[in-house]
Amino acid sequence: MMSRAAVLVSRIPWTLVVFAAAFAIPWFGSRYETFLATQIAINALFAVSLNLLLGTTGLVSFGHVAYFGIGAYVCGILMKTYGVPFTLALPAAALGAAAFAAVFGFFCVRLTKIYFAMLTLAFSQIVWAICFKWNEVTGGDQGLPDVPYPDLDWLSGLPGFDDLRTSDQFYLVVLVVVALALVAMRRIIASPFGRMLTTIRENPERAASIGLNVRGYELAAFVVAGGFAGIAGALFGIFNRGVFADYVYWPKSAEVMIMTILGGLEYFWGPVVGAATLVLLNQQITEYTEYWPFVLGMILLVLLFVFPGGIVGGLTAGLAWLGRKWKPADA
Amino acid sequence: MELSFLFGQFLGGLTTAMFLFLIASGLSLVFGVMRVLNFAHGSFYMLGAYLAWQVVDWLAPMLGSFWLAAIGAALGVALLGAVIERVLLRHLYGREELYQLLLTYALVLILGDAAKAIWGTRQLSVSRPAILDGGIDILGTTLPIYNLFILLIGPAIAVAVWLILTRTAAGRMVRAAALDREMLGALGANVGAIYTGMFLVSSFLAGLSGALVTPIQSIVPGMDVEIIVEAFIVVVIGGLGSFWGTFWGSMIYGQVLSFGILVLPSFSLFSVFALMAVILIVRPWGLFGRPIR
Repeated sequence: MMSRAAVLVSRIPWTLVVFAAAFAIPWFGSRYETFLATQIAINALFAVSLNLLLGTTGLVSFGHVAYFGIGAYVCGILMKTYGVPFTLALPAAALGAAAFAAVFGFFCVRLTKIYFAMLTLAFSQIVWAICFKWNEVTGGDQGLPDVPYPDLDWLSGLPGFDDLRTSDQFYLVVLVVVALALVAMRRIIASPFGRMLTTIRENPERAASIGLNVRGYELAAFVVAGGFAGIAGALFGIFNRGVFADYVYWPKSAEVMIMTILGGLEYFWGPVVGAATLVLLNQQITEYTEYWPFVLGMILLVLLFVFPGGIVGGLTAGLAWLGRKWKPADA
Repeated sequence: MELSFLFGQFLGGLTTAMFLFLIASGLSLVFGVMRVLNFAHGSFYMLGAYLAWQVVDWLAPMLGSFWLAAIGAALGVALLGAVIERVLLRHLYGREELYQLLLTYALVLILGDAAKAIWGTRQLSVSRPAILDGGIDILGTTLPIYNLFILLIGPAIAVAVWLILTRTAAGRMVRAAALDREMLGALGANVGAIYTGMFLVSSFLAGLSGALVTPIQSIVPGMDVEIIVEAFIVVVIGGLGSFWGTFWGSMIYGQVLSFGILVLPSFSLFSVFALMAVILIVRPWGLFGRPIR
């Protein structure tokens, strides 16, 4: 039997508490803290979208950054070059990224394991090569600077919001978009469709033998994950005040993968924890040394050899151990 | 377009191809035998270049310091590779591929920053050894003697490795390990030692090619990340794990890059990645590879 305190703790809607706390940051935190929170929220969305492939479906995509980048470029080009409002540019970014994911994914899901990883990498490098060289549209190696903020005048009209900076207001927009996207992904994973994806991860041969269209499901997961990555990319382009070819270069794919695994790919909230940890660690460590990649590599080694389940996995195991220790006292 | 110009372009592609072959052959050998895709292979190449520069810097006035540097760098990198296999990689063979990929990526990050910390971020270069200075005229194009040397050493190493793999007892063991690791272990062979040896040879080749490239290209941070993607393309075209596939893969890559620049100047990068994607779609095991069971 659970103790009364434990029941109470488990009844608190923690996700809402975290959301409310995050929403309050512009009023109570500094400008820099809001900046970090924006970065965490966007990366969290990107990492959770990757985990839809990595953790839920068991597909190791080494080119997820392509869809992040396509979303960023679609949104950036629409808003800067054509003056399209954010409310249209954001869905367009999601659709654009999903469309590319559908084309690339169609070929990728025909391969397995290491070949799948290589083909996703190849496609992401194709996207990078195009973004890097197509000066007329993407700005080439100069990128696409000065992507405007969305028009947020309506937000300033609301009481309490009027004295916020534009970057703070944009953070609130990011937070709401990311929260909605996370809710959507959580529902997708919990749906019968999501269960099928887990079945495919556990045993693709058996899934095929009970009549499941394995490739079709994998492609659907690839498209959905690509679409959400596109949303993350669109938000990041505006947040970073520009879109650059670096966004699509392959080490970025590795970075988001590290976030996902650092948090724990067996848990829905794992990538969110991983993204927050990595962004905060980066901020702390770069104050002392420029050798952040070295530290990241070391973190990755510890992760692989000591905590293969990631932070959330480690915490869960730790709590279970504590629970067993306390049990005799209850009896 | 003049014929001599095209021929020069062809020779340029050939030189690129031979360098890539030296680098990618090690990558392909390790994948063929151990089924590990080693992201850190490019880092070994970069370390080979830096080590060679360091040795030349120390021995500068000595005659033949370049050759000592090349051999020394290759041996140093080989040793590092063997230690990494023993201490780190060995413990992840039973796990999913994702974890092996991530381990080798962690090495990319660590070695890249280590090189930055030791040698800084400025460009370094090594001058050509005196014996190979100058150039010769072939069909109206001037080919630097050093490039000619690379054009010869590439196939020489290819033939040497091929002979070792097919004609010696050690080579038989390696091929057996690639086919059925458990069976070989059950028959009493020391599979662990074969794996360490393979990694050592592969790192040696990476270090050697890094050292040999220094007279042609300057040494810069980031050369590791750039080269590994090119090496991936080469082994994918030829077939992951196929030795001669890697040879022909580099030949194709070199020529596509060299002539791609003439046809579509700004999209030559695009063309090689597109080639890689097409091969993976049509024949994932590459032009010369065999499907993996």
